Amino acid sequence: MMPKHLVLLSAFGIALSAFAADQPTVHVQPPHLQGPRELQDQTARAVVENYLDSWKSMSKALDQNRADLLDRDFVGSAREKLAATIKQQQAAAVRTSYQDRSHDVQILLYSPEGLSIQLADNVEYEVQLSAGGKSIGTQRVKARYIVVLTPSEVRWRVRIFQADAQ
Amino acid sequence: MRAELPSLLVSFALGITSVFAQSGELTMPKSIEAGAAFSIQSGGSGKGTLYIAGPGQFIKQDVQLGGEIAIAAGSLYNAGHYGVWLTSDSSTQIGSIDVVPAQKPSDITFIAKPSRLPVAMHNAITGSAYVFDAYGNLITRPMQVSFQLSNPGTSPQTRTVESRNGAAWTQMDSASREGKAQFVARVGDVSSTRIVGQVPGDPCTIKMSAKPAGNKIQLVTVPVRDCTGNAIPDGTIVTFTETYGDVKSTVDVPLKKGIASVEMPSHRGATISVASGVVLGNQIRWAQ
Repeated sequence: MMPKHLVLLSAFGIALSAFAADQPTVHVQPPHLQGPRELQDQTARAVVENYLDSWKSMSKALDQNRADLLDRDFVGSAREKLAATIKQQQAAAVRTSYQDRSHDVQILLYSPEGLSIQLADNVEYEVQLSAGGKSIGTQRVKARYIVVLTPSEVRWRVRIFQADAQ
Repeated sequence: MRAELPSLLVSFALGITSVFAQSGELTMPKSIEAGAAFSIQSGGSGKGTLYIAGPGQFIKQDVQLGGEIAIAAGSLYNAGHYGVWLTSDSSTQIGSIDVVPAQKPSDITFIAKPSRLPVAMHNAITGSAYVFDAYGNLITRPMQVSFQLSNPGTSPQTRTVESRNGAAWTQMDSASREGKAQFVARVGDVSSTRIVGQVPGDPCTIKMSAKPAGNKIQLVTVPVRDCTGNAIPDGTIVTFTETYGDVKSTVDVPLKKGIASVEMPSHRGATISVASGVVLGNQIRWAQ
């Protein structure tokens, strides 16, 4: 019986590894801009790339309960809220693992002064809750995120990160 | 066990939710307003642990199973989607809940640009605003946001804009008179004010006169104004150029009390011109 458990765990482990290596599918819709400011393709590409990177940072930070991993991609209230969540997870001795499976992104607003870009993302992801090294459960989620990014020295960083009720 | 392995892998591939045995879905509201109290109806008996997890917040609570679990007002307040797990020794019940922003706006982030600009510019002042509730959640339902630009001595410009996904923006003209304008964004009884400095534009025209001053020519401009009559600030450079044959002499003079004045060598037949920036004034041919 024991070897079969090991086979099961081993098979599960491989599945998880494959899972972790999976890249989400990404669909970027043409911008549906309100506002007078023209959005250059290069800016739009950078914003979407930086936003997708932020999911990786968030996933690592919440999985490892390390707020410092948020610094590259999050700023302002988005960073504060995620860092507070990490503190709450640490206090409860749990961690959450987010795996984004697909993104459907559309830029909605380039503010007239050029200091913020808002986008919507219909995202599908899985969140696994673990405590003491054991999984408590995984949920698959479809959500529409409203995200505001602002420019920093070298990249766009997420300032508002909020799932909208479906 | 052989039969269970493929079915477990298929279940996992389909994203079915837990590696623990699960005995059902929790009865709970699909969504609540940020900070509202709510309750979760649990099955089973004995003690359990409730987990509410989302990127915006995490809550863990020891609970008694088989009844109503009360979540107090102010406990779950960050807008977003949350997974809910209720575990006991023998089972895990799951659910989810959306937290929507509170209805009442409590804060507005307002960016006005530029902070200083010339007068009489069309659509040159922009304002953009994001509306938040008391918990710092972006209020994404449409709201009426009013923008008002008030200049001293003139009637204010007002625009009312419906926010989309929590954001609203507008464009305004700068006033014809210099001075500090108050730019206010308001939603409900929440407002935010920025000051926009409006300064004179480029000189509209420059007119100079010339008179002899010993063996020199004294050149003086009339007070220099922009096209809406505002005095050009002192310190603005006015350039006088005298051309005589192949010789060209140039003198830069700052405005003092609105005028520029200079003495240049007197040469019969010399041509003298005046300019400031891209604005060219009159030209004088010196005949004395």
